[in-house]
Amino acid sequence: MKMIKTALAALALSGTAAFAAELGHVTDYDFSFEGPFGTYDQNQLQRGLKVYTEICSACHGLKFVPIRTLGDGGGPGFSPEQVRAYASQIEVFDPELGEQGDFRDAAPTDNFPANNAVGAPDLSLMAKARAGFHGPANLGINQIVKGMGGAEYIASLLTGYTGEEMEQAGTVLYENEAFPGRWISMAPVLGDDYVEFDDGAPSDMESAAKDVAAFLMWTAEPKLAARKQMGLTAVIMLAVLSVLLYLTNKRIWAPVKGRKGE
Amino acid sequence: MAGIPHDHYEPKTSGEKWIERRLPVISLLYDTLMIPTPKNLNWMWIWGIVLTFTLVLQIVTGIVLVMHYTPHVDLAFSSVEHIMRNVNGGWALRYIHANGASLFFIAVYAHIFRNLYYGSYKAPREITWILGIIIYLLMMGTAFMGYVLPWGQMSFWGATVITGLFGAIPFVGESLQSWLLGGPAVDNATLNRFFSLHYLMPFLILGLTIAKIWSFHSTGNNNPTGVEVRRTSKAEAEADTLPFWPYFVIKDFFAMAVILLGFFAVVGFMPNYLGHPDNYIEANALATPAHIVPEWYFLPFYAILRAFTADVWIVIAANWLTGGIVDAKFFGVLAMFGAILVMAFAPWLDTSSVRSGRYRPMFKWWFWLLVVDFFLLMWLGAMPAEEPWASISLIASAYWFGYFLVILPLLGVIEKPLARPATIEEDFVAHYGETGSFAGQRLPGEKAASPAE
Repeated sequence: MKMIKTALAALALSGTAAFAAELGHVTDYDFSFEGPFGTYDQNQLQRGLKVYTEICSACHGLKFVPIRTLGDGGGPGFSPEQVRAYASQIEVFDPELGEQGDFRDAAPTDNFPANNAVGAPDLSLMAKARAGFHGPANLGINQIVKGMGGAEYIASLLTGYTGEEMEQAGTVLYENEAFPGRWISMAPVLGDDYVEFDDGAPSDMESAAKDVAAFLMWTAEPKLAARKQMGLTAVIMLAVLSVLLYLTNKRIWAPVKGRKGE
Repeated sequence: MAGIPHDHYEPKTSGEKWIERRLPVISLLYDTLMIPTPKNLNWMWIWGIVLTFTLVLQIVTGIVLVMHYTPHVDLAFSSVEHIMRNVNGGWALRYIHANGASLFFIAVYAHIFRNLYYGSYKAPREITWILGIIIYLLMMGTAFMGYVLPWGQMSFWGATVITGLFGAIPFVGESLQSWLLGGPAVDNATLNRFFSLHYLMPFLILGLTIAKIWSFHSTGNNNPTGVEVRRTSKAEAEADTLPFWPYFVIKDFFAMAVILLGFFAVVGFMPNYLGHPDNYIEANALATPAHIVPEWYFLPFYAILRAFTADVWIVIAANWLTGGIVDAKFFGVLAMFGAILVMAFAPWLDTSSVRSGRYRPMFKWWFWLLVVDFFLLMWLGAMPAEEPWASISLIASAYWFGYFLVILPLLGVIEKPLARPATIEEDFVAHYGETGSFAGQRLPGEKAASPAE
């Protein structure tokens, strides 16, 4: 009996407190690809690619992403020339070159290179491998209302540094409000005007962080536009089919069910 | 079919007679499609069709996915990304297949609770019910192994935890576990055999599904009143039933369309909602995820597994009585499988002479409490294994067993059931009025009498 009382009391009191401690704070940024009809903003993806190329790619890779997909519909929308030009800036290792393999300029058919230089994780799927939103009480309601929050998590992480540092077992850790556990081994890499955008869009830290977060959402889910279109088509067609079948069913059963109450 | 008097297929043309003499496949299809079905079936009788459809959907999408998937620890994860990025429509196939598993389990749970409420498991449908439990166990195995194939973090660590359960079996556990895994830990051998079995088991399910349809076509469907179709004369049987085609086929199609609408909304707009983000990280034997959580459809039984810890008196008692053979870990495994197995005995544990919960005033309350208990366990399975969740899990697990082992047997003795309608026709008329007020209109069912018309 005592156990039941304890359990009920704790159930009433606890709420989300048990989880709040270990999860960081993630800001619910607005992105163009949210909601059932949202798609990627082509200009934002191009800006995000620039942030990735100039900053993130120093340590991270995108090994699952084919370079040619920069020209795909629903993505950054590069022309074939732009894709080739971008590919030629990248060097990839080709094991078939020479006797032991060698580096060469990338072709559009290559993937972005992997980058294991400092053991940083690959970013291809990062926006789907993190959930920015949870709860309440593990019920997953926030993820329905706000979305999974992978891109929001990335943007919050890039802007969430407090400036505090500490050293632990020979590694410098940086305090970050978005990171679960607060102390992350990645140094702050983004600041105001670190990247200059060709389209004149604001390049303050938060804008650049959102741009690269959107770009990483695209690398994780490049078929988002096609997927939502399929969903919409299916929902409309099935809604029409449901109405027709409802009427058919009613018509078929009408003689059997008679007319009670008339 | 058997027992319910109805018209049978008579070959009319010489072509039909030629086929029928050699292989009576037309009459088999005809009798299956035209089976007399209780006319008072409600909307909870749609799940069988949903399940059959989902099985076919999973097999079809799965077969195409296999054409592009590589079962190797170094290549599996990237082959899934290859499907998502380079295969035409691959992303759609994979999202449909992954969410199809959830649709499958939503339907099977609705189906199981329908059977529990309307007493569909009772004589003479025990074999139908047990076949269903076996199918459900195979579904769980198939879903578990399918989740391992993408070779993400949850795939790997889920496989490690679940196969570890077999390691808890006394004496043979560790050998059994290595035998299942094909080595000391989850590795390439494990991935390959899981892939092979994940492809095999749906076809076992398909075979058992056919046996299950055969069995309930022999006994006839149960129905919301639990009152059997009259078999004393054809006229009486026809007053209680309607042919499956077109009445129930169209009804089921309508239900399917509505359910698929919801399904495609999930696939199109939130395909990763039911998955775990960690499974987009490639498997890494050196990095354990913060929380290893099974898929939502395993959570109720996962909660039961974790509920029986070493400090629970029944675990201590079992440990002492068996001289330490049944420890807390093994007790949890037994409880988890026992929670499913106990359902198979429901036909004999339920002592009530009344089939349908509709006429059982006390049973209703306990049944709905079981439904609440199920969802509570599902939620608890996702919570960390600490207080107060551990204690609540224990109470909820105890109720699950208590329902089957104590409440069902007792209710049959102490409960005074309400009056039941004498026939299905009586129940139907009470709901919808007399049949045939549409005078002069031909009933679609009348066509059944003369198929060659």
